[in-house]
Amino acid sequence: MQRPELVCPAGTPAAMRTAVEAGADAVYCGFQNATNARNFPGLNFTPDELERSIAHAHEHGTKVLLAINTFPPAGKVDLWREAIDLGARLGVDAYIVADIGVADYIARNHPDIRLHLSVQAAASSPEAINWYCREFGVKRVVLPRILTVSEIKQIASEIPCEIETFIFGNHGLMVEGRCSLTNYITGQSTNYDGVCSPAADVEYRRDEEGNLSTRLGDFTIDCFSCNETAGYPTICKGRYLTPARDKGYYAFEEPISLNLSSLLPDLMAAGVNALKIEGRQRSRAYVRNVVSSFRKAVDAIMAGQEPPLADLIALTEGQKQTEGAFKSKTWR
Amino acid sequence: MKPNLTIGPILFHWPAEKKLEFYARIAEEAPVDTVYLGEVVCSKRSPFFEQYYEDVAERLTKAGKTVVFSSLAEIMLKRERNMMAGFCEIDSHEIEINDASALWHLDGHKFRVGPLMNAYNEETLRYLAGQGATHFAMPTELPGSSVAIMARAAQDVGASCEVQVFGRAQLALSARCYHARAHGRIKDNCQFVCELDPDGMPLRTLDGNDFLAINGIQTLSHKYINLMAELPQLREIGITHFRLVPQDVDMVAVAEIWRAALDGVIDPEEGQQRLDALNLPAAFANGFWHGQAGVRKVAVERALAGL
Amino acid sequence: MEPVTPTQPDLQTGDIRAPRLRPPLPLFLLQPILRRIVTRIAAQNPDMFNRLGPHRSANFIIDVKGLPFALHLRPDPDDLLFRAVPRNRKPVADAEIRGGFLDLLGLVDGESDGDALFFSRDLVITGNTEAVVCLRNALDDVDGSIAAEVADMFGPPGRAMLSAMRRASARRKN
Repeated sequence: MQRPELVCPAGTPAAMRTAVEAGADAVYCGFQNATNARNFPGLNFTPDELERSIAHAHEHGTKVLLAINTFPPAGKVDLWREAIDLGARLGVDAYIVADIGVADYIARNHPDIRLHLSVQAAASSPEAINWYCREFGVKRVVLPRILTVSEIKQIASEIPCEIETFIFGNHGLMVEGRCSLTNYITGQSTNYDGVCSPAADVEYRRDEEGNLSTRLGDFTIDCFSCNETAGYPTICKGRYLTPARDKGYYAFEEPISLNLSSLLPDLMAAGVNALKIEGRQRSRAYVRNVVSSFRKAVDAIMAGQEPPLADLIALTEGQKQTEGAFKSKTWR
Repeated sequence: MKPNLTIGPILFHWPAEKKLEFYARIAEEAPVDTVYLGEVVCSKRSPFFEQYYEDVAERLTKAGKTVVFSSLAEIMLKRERNMMAGFCEIDSHEIEINDASALWHLDGHKFRVGPLMNAYNEETLRYLAGQGATHFAMPTELPGSSVAIMARAAQDVGASCEVQVFGRAQLALSARCYHARAHGRIKDNCQFVCELDPDGMPLRTLDGNDFLAINGIQTLSHKYINLMAELPQLREIGITHFRLVPQDVDMVAVAEIWRAALDGVIDPEEGQQRLDALNLPAAFANGFWHGQAGVRKVAVERALAGL
Repeated sequence: MEPVTPTQPDLQTGDIRAPRLRPPLPLFLLQPILRRIVTRIAAQNPDMFNRLGPHRSANFIIDVKGLPFALHLRPDPDDLLFRAVPRNRKPVADAEIRGGFLDLLGLVDGESDGDALFFSRDLVITGNTEAVVCLRNALDDVDGSIAAEVADMFGPPGRAMLSAMRRASARRKN
């Protein structure tokens, strides 16, 4: 079994240092604009911050992967090119990309820098992945969170590049890169503005009994009674009414997080080359806890020991966790 | 170029008889130029209508329509991979692809790029044109300001450009079937419960507002996109194809209105009045085109000034 | 947002009028200390304000359960404000953050995750959500611990107090 790379989120320079110190093999991050899919207020890196952070990460032998993983809308391609060229100057170890035009630009202008295919590209079959590998020399694909371990194993046997899968974090329900729900309600696009449920459009209303209703734009997307746990204020985690149900229900998914710690040995045996932790929007405390837990688990498995599975439940959405699609098709 | 009015693929799981009836009427009565056929949403539904496509295509062709086959949008399972491989061998008609896996199979053959393919910019458009793309249907959420640039880029490579002007917006795809979930089932034992909702399963907010429509693994807007008021602008920026996405309404009547408006027989204002008079089951929206929330209905004077 | 009393303290001058019925809390004793704290933190972490973007001039109410007063923060380096306000006379603010003392301590100590506290409903935010997210991200990008920086200002007694509170927090989690 080969040693998988632990790929960890960094929303701020402090979070990146935390991830490096907690044992990340690689960190991923983005600039403070629409070129990355976590374009959230107060998050991400200025060019200066990224330069210093790369130096620190490289001193510790940690790779820095730059997420340029949104789709430039026609007329705005230059912003993405500038981010790419800047990343090359600052010495990033790889780009994580989703858009065909973006991939082509990197393949032509920065052929020496590794290209990773983002989950936002939604390449969920060997044929799609093979096409990106053939056309742009993609070195690694980040698989959508919709595949089972046995499907991942099958894909691994049919593609020429490395595989990265998510192991912990926010459990996206829609195929990433193919969801315009946020844009439908807020006018901000996940695909080309890099936002999902932008905080500026989220409002929490609390009534006298302590019930909390969550609104996105003009729409109520959920209502929590005071003893219920909450989740991210996204449309896909909300409750709605439909004729087939007698009351509001989670039409897409409950507030729940992905936690594949118990499937780690299977994923590693399936030939997964890199394990990804979601959460660039999360705090240093989250990064420290999750990264160090998975660092220990991966090292234990490599040493042939039982992995110590720290309880990460407190960090999960709605304080609930799932293995999602990875374990069984019944999730679908 | 004469504007080309198109009927997109049927997104919903209509019974075979309903689809046959629909295409019979489209062939005989609807003043449209192009009809897209095929199951885009769910591979499990495909077998129900496969045996009829040849006859339907022939009937539409005889009626003077161009027939294009549309591919599945989500390719994951072995069955779906095989379906896509077979789909890419179609040579009797043009094909429209909705997933990147098709690009592997096509390898030089001509194809159309569907609205679910994430061709968001002129660079991607040029790259795909280099791979054999001859026609681009714009992603639903792409604003008009970007579509204008896409239309120019398409002209430069000799390709045509299509915009959805009517019908629910296709907002999201998932691996999970939300129709099955609503009925306490999973995708593998769904028993095709999506057949119960020929115009999508309504989702309302907890305070009772219309919100979304579920179509199996797909999530659609509740509102119907309607770009009638924007029609002159669409023409001006070089859009050549105008797509009506089938809803469970009188699509022949809808097509007649659009045809009249495209041919200049009626102005957009009258077109709008006639669409309003159909009393469709959902309100109209045009926000995406104007770079605003898709659910919005933007007044047109403001809209034109903004572009 | 929770309804606020019609007579508002003046946001510009920071004037707080005493509540009418109960004897006034001696908040004036607290204000110089809070001012020193915020001035020191701002001086030590000047980059922090960049992450606030347009929300640096936002007014935040931090309502700590169990404290006899609420805190009013305006994280504007050119117009810093951090003061105690009576809970029944909270000024109109852009956003309010409500939580338990140890939870909020954990946040400024770099030990808790804001999202996790929100999921468990231990943290409630109302008002301008984006401003709160920016504030959270700005505080989280400070290396080390703001809580420790504050404790250091008070020398050994301050540090002893912080370790006692950290122990209390750890006990509660176990």
